[in-house]
Amino acid sequence: MQLDAKIPGGPLAGKWDRYRFELKLVSPANKRKFKIIVVGTGLAGGSASASLAELGYNVKTFCIQDSPRRAHSIAAQGGINAAKNYTNEGDSIWRLFYDTVKGGDFRAREANVYRLAQVSNNIIDQCVAQGIPFARDYGGLLANRSFGGSQVQRTFYARGQTGQQLLLGAYSALMRQVGAGKVEMFPRREMLDIVVINGQARGIVVRNLITGKIETHASDAVVLCTGGYGNVFFLSTNAMSSNVTAAFRAYKKGACFANPCFTQIHPTCIPVHGSYQSKLTLMSESLRNDGRVWVPKNPGDKRFPRQIPESERDYYLENKYPSFGNLVPRDVASRNSKEQCDMGKGVGETGLAVYLDFEDAIKRHGRDVIEKKYGNLFQMYEKITAQNPYETPMMIYPAVHYAMGGLWVDYNLMSSIDGLFVLGEANFSDHGANRLGASALMQGLADGYFVLPYTIGGYLAGTSLEKITAGHPAFRESVEIVNNSIEKLLSINGKRTVDDFHRQLGHIMWDYCGMSRNDEGLKKGRKLIQQLGEEFWENVLVPGSDKDFNQSLERAGRVADFLEFAELLIIDALARKESCGAHFNEAYQTKENEAMRDDKNFCHVSAWEFAGKNKEPVFHKEELKFENVELSQRSYK
Amino acid sequence: MTKTINLTLKIWRQKGPEAKGKLETYKANDIPTDMSFLEMIDVVNEKLTLEGKEPVAFDHDCREGICGMCGTVVNGRPHGSEKGTTLCQLHMRHFSDNDTIVIEPWRSRAFPIIKDLVVDRSALDKIIQAGGFISVNTGNAQDANAIPIPQETAELAMDAAACIGCGACVAACPNASAMLFLSAKVSQLALLPQGKPEAARRAVSMVREMDRLGFGNCSNETECEAECPKEISITNIARLNREFYKAGFFSSEK
Ligand SMILES: Cc1cc2nc3c(=O)[nH]c(=O)nc-3n(C[C@H](O)[C@H](O)[C@H](O)COP(=O)(O)OP(=O)(O)OC[C@H]3O[C@@H](n4cnc5c(N)ncnc54)[C@H](O)[C@@H]3O)c2cc1C
Ligand code: FES
Repeated sequence: MQLDAKIPGGPLAGKWDRYRFELKLVSPANKRKFKIIVVGTGLAGGSASASLAELGYNVKTFCIQDSPRRAHSIAAQGGINAAKNYTNEGDSIWRLFYDTVKGGDFRAREANVYRLAQVSNNIIDQCVAQGIPFARDYGGLLANRSFGGSQVQRTFYARGQTGQQLLLGAYSALMRQVGAGKVEMFPRREMLDIVVINGQARGIVVRNLITGKIETHASDAVVLCTGGYGNVFFLSTNAMSSNVTAAFRAYKKGACFANPCFTQIHPTCIPVHGSYQSKLTLMSESLRNDGRVWVPKNPGDKRFPRQIPESERDYYLENKYPSFGNLVPRDVASRNSKEQCDMGKGVGETGLAVYLDFEDAIKRHGRDVIEKKYGNLFQMYEKITAQNPYETPMMIYPAVHYAMGGLWVDYNLMSSIDGLFVLGEANFSDHGANRLGASALMQGLADGYFVLPYTIGGYLAGTSLEKITAGHPAFRESVEIVNNSIEKLLSINGKRTVDDFHRQLGHIMWDYCGMSRNDEGLKKGRKLIQQLGEEFWENVLVPGSDKDFNQSLERAGRVADFLEFAELLIIDALARKESCGAHFNEAYQTKENEAMRDDKNFCHVSAWEFAGKNKEPVFHKEELKFENVELSQRSYK
Repeated sequence: MTKTINLTLKIWRQKGPEAKGKLETYKANDIPTDMSFLEMIDVVNEKLTLEGKEPVAFDHDCREGICGMCGTVVNGRPHGSEKGTTLCQLHMRHFSDNDTIVIEPWRSRAFPIIKDLVVDRSALDKIIQAGGFISVNTGNAQDANAIPIPQETAELAMDAAACIGCGACVAACPNASAMLFLSAKVSQLALLPQGKPEAARRAVSMVREMDRLGFGNCSNETECEAECPKEISITNIARLNREFYKAGFFSSEK
C-alpha cells in the first residue's frame, strides 16, 4: 500500500481555494442519484449529514444513542476557536494555524491545519445564523476568552455548554433534513462492519440495538464520524458508549490507523475516588483562565488549603512558565501535575490531586463575574464532590480525554479505503501529537460543514461505481463475520463480567502507557494485554440473548475491540522513539524534563495496516514536510 | 473515610414492549455514599450478571448531566428528589441507610417502554423535525457580528437552549404534555433575531406535531418546571403561547 496524502501544491494560503476549484463537481441534478452513509451524529456527523442533504444527496445517518442529539460532542464545555480577531489582539488565520501546529508539537500536516484555520471563521458565522446563543458582551457583540496554548482570546463559548449548543445547532439542521425526507435517520444502531467491494467502501452492517437484528445498508460512499477511542483506558472523560469499534473494524478492512499512541490526557479533571467509578468528569480548561494551579511547597503538608500561607504554596506553572503561566498546553500541564504528585506534593485523600484555586479571581472580579463564567461548572463540581469551589480550591488531576490519533486520511479526508471518509475525532488529521483546547469542536464542524461536502463530490464525480445492492455476497460475508462474533461472545459463559475486563485493561493502559512511558513498561503492558485478551475469549460472561436489547452484549463487542486496539496503541508507542506532545517516553527528554522530539527520524505520521489476526501490523510512513513553519523546541516559558 | 449504606431497591422489570412488567426487589449493600446513582445500579448489575441473571436495562451515556440519555422515576420523582439534577448526577449521599428506593421508567403514552427502564423518546425528535430549527443552509451565513444581540436576550435564549431533551417534563406532567420541551426550543429561537422570520410557522407546526404524537395538553400544573433537571422555566410556555396566538392572528399559518 502506498499512502498519498494528496496535498495540493502551491503556496499554503492558496492551496484550498485552488484545490476546490480543481475538484470535479457533481451537478445539482445528479446529486440525488447518490446515496451516502454517515455513521455518527456528533459535530462531525451531524454537520456532514445536514450539509450533504442540503446539497441534494440522499443520506442515511446512524448513531448508537436513542437520538442524534446525544452524541458525545454534547459534553464539550469550554469553547470553539476561530481566527476572527474580534478582540483586535493581532490574531489571524496564520496565527491560529501556527499555534495549532506548534501546540501539536509539529506532528500535523501544514496544509490540513491551515485549511482548518481558514474555515474556522465560517463556522462561527454558520453557528450564529443557526441561533446558537453564544456569550455576548454588553454591546451585544460576541465575547471571547482564552484557552491553553494561545496568547490571544479567540475562543467563542456558550456558558460551559458550548458543545451542547453547537451540537444542537447541527442536530437542528439535521432534523430539518430528516423532516424534508433527505436524511433517513437510524438511531440505536451500532455499526459492526464496513463492506468493501472492488476496493471501494459500499456499505455497512449494523446491529439494531432494540431488536438485535443485523441490518445491511448499501451506498456509494461511507463517512465515519464515530468519535474517539479514549475509553480504551476504561476511565476517561468520554461518554460510556464511546468506542473504537467502527474505526477498528474499518482498520481490519484495510483502512490504516494513524498515530494511535497520541492520546491526550487532560490536566483538569475531578480526581479518581473509589474502585467502582465508571467515568471521570472534566472540569473545562477555561477554568485555567482564572484559576491558579498550586500545591504545598512541602511534601506531605496535610493542612486545609486555606491554612497554607502564600509563602508555602508553589504555583508551579506560573513559576516555571512565566509567559503562559496557567495557560500552558494540556500535555505540559498534565505532566507537571504528575511530577508534583510524584514528589509527594499531591493533595487530597489519595495524594493524586493538585489545587485549582479561584480565591484571587473572586477577589479581583467579584463572585458574580466568576459565577456567570463558570457557574454551571462549579455546580457540577459541587454535586460530585460535595465541596464548594467558591470557598475552597478545586482539586483536579489529569484524565484521559481525547484521541489525536485515528484513521489515516488524505487531504480529502478519505481513508486508505476508497470511498471511506473519516471526520472529526475519529480521524488523525489536524492536531498532531497534542490538541489545543477548543480545537476539536472547530475541527469536527470544519470537516462536516466545509470540507467533506466538497471533497466527497470530487470523489463521486471522478469514480466509476458498480451498481450494487445489499444483496451482494460481500454483505452476506460481513453479516456472517458479525454473527459469528456475537454468537461466540454469548456462548463463552465464563466467570468475569465485561466491565471487569474493561477495568483491568484500563489499569494496564494507565500504568504502562499513560502520561509517562518507557520501553520496558510498554513491552510489559503489551504482554499483559495479550494475556487479558486471551482470557477474555475464554472467560467472559455475557448474559442475555442477541435477539433483544442487550447492553452487556453491546459492551462486550466494544471491549473485545479495545483489547485488540490497545495492543496497536502500544506498538505505535514503542515504535516512536522520541517524545512529542502527549507521547512522553522517559528516555527522550530535555534537561528540564520537557518532551524532546527527534525531527530527523520521527517527523512523520505512523500509519498502521492490518496484516491479519496475531500478525504484526505493517508500518507505513507519511513524511511531514514543513515548508512554512520552522521546527523548534516548544517553549512556553 | 467513605460512608456506606444498605438499600432495598424495587426496580421495574419488563422484558419488552408487549410484555407485562412488575417491580422486583433487590438488595444493594455497602454502597459508598459518594457513588453516583447510576454507579449504584452498575454494582447491582454486576452482581446480577455474576448470579447468571439479566442485568437491569437503563439508558445513560455522558454521566455528566448533559446528554439527556439517563432518567428514571425515583420514588415517584423524575431524576429523583434533588432539585436541578439528572439521575447520573444524583449521588448516594442523598439517601440514608436502610432506605427503600422505587425505580421506574418514564410513563407516557408517547414514550413506549422498550425494556425495563428504557423508553422510546423518538417523539421528541419528531417535534423538532416539525420546526425546531432556523432554515439556513450551510454557507448561507453573514458575518457573525453583523447583528448585535443584547446580552440579556442572548442570556434568555441560552436559558431556554439549556434543555437536554431528557423527557422528565413529560414524565412529570399529569397530562404527559411536552409543552416545556417544545416551548424551550420555540423561545430560544423566537428570542433571537435570526429565528424571527419563521417564528409563527415554527410555533404552530411544532404544537400540531406534539398533539399528533399523543402528548397531552398543558393545563398549567407546573410540575414540569419543578422536575426539570436543567430548571427550564415555564415562562417559556407563556412565550410559546404568545407566539402561537400571534401566529393565529397575524399570519397565514393556521
Ligand atoms: C468532556 C469533554 C469536553 C470537551 N470539551 C471540548 C471543548 O471545550 N472544546 C473542544 O474543541 N473540544 C472539546 N472536547 C472534544 C470534543 O468534544 C470531541 O472531540 C468532539 O466533540 C468529537 O466529535 P465527533 O463528531 O468526532 O464525535 P462524537 O461527538 O463523539 O460522536 C460520535 C458519534 O458516533 C456514533 N458512533 C460511535 N460508534 C458508533 C458505531 N460503532 N456505530 C454507530 N454509531 C457510532 C455515536 O453514536 C455518536 O453519534 C471535549 C470532549 C470531552 C469528552
Ligand atoms: S447520562 Fe447524560 S445526562 Fe445523565
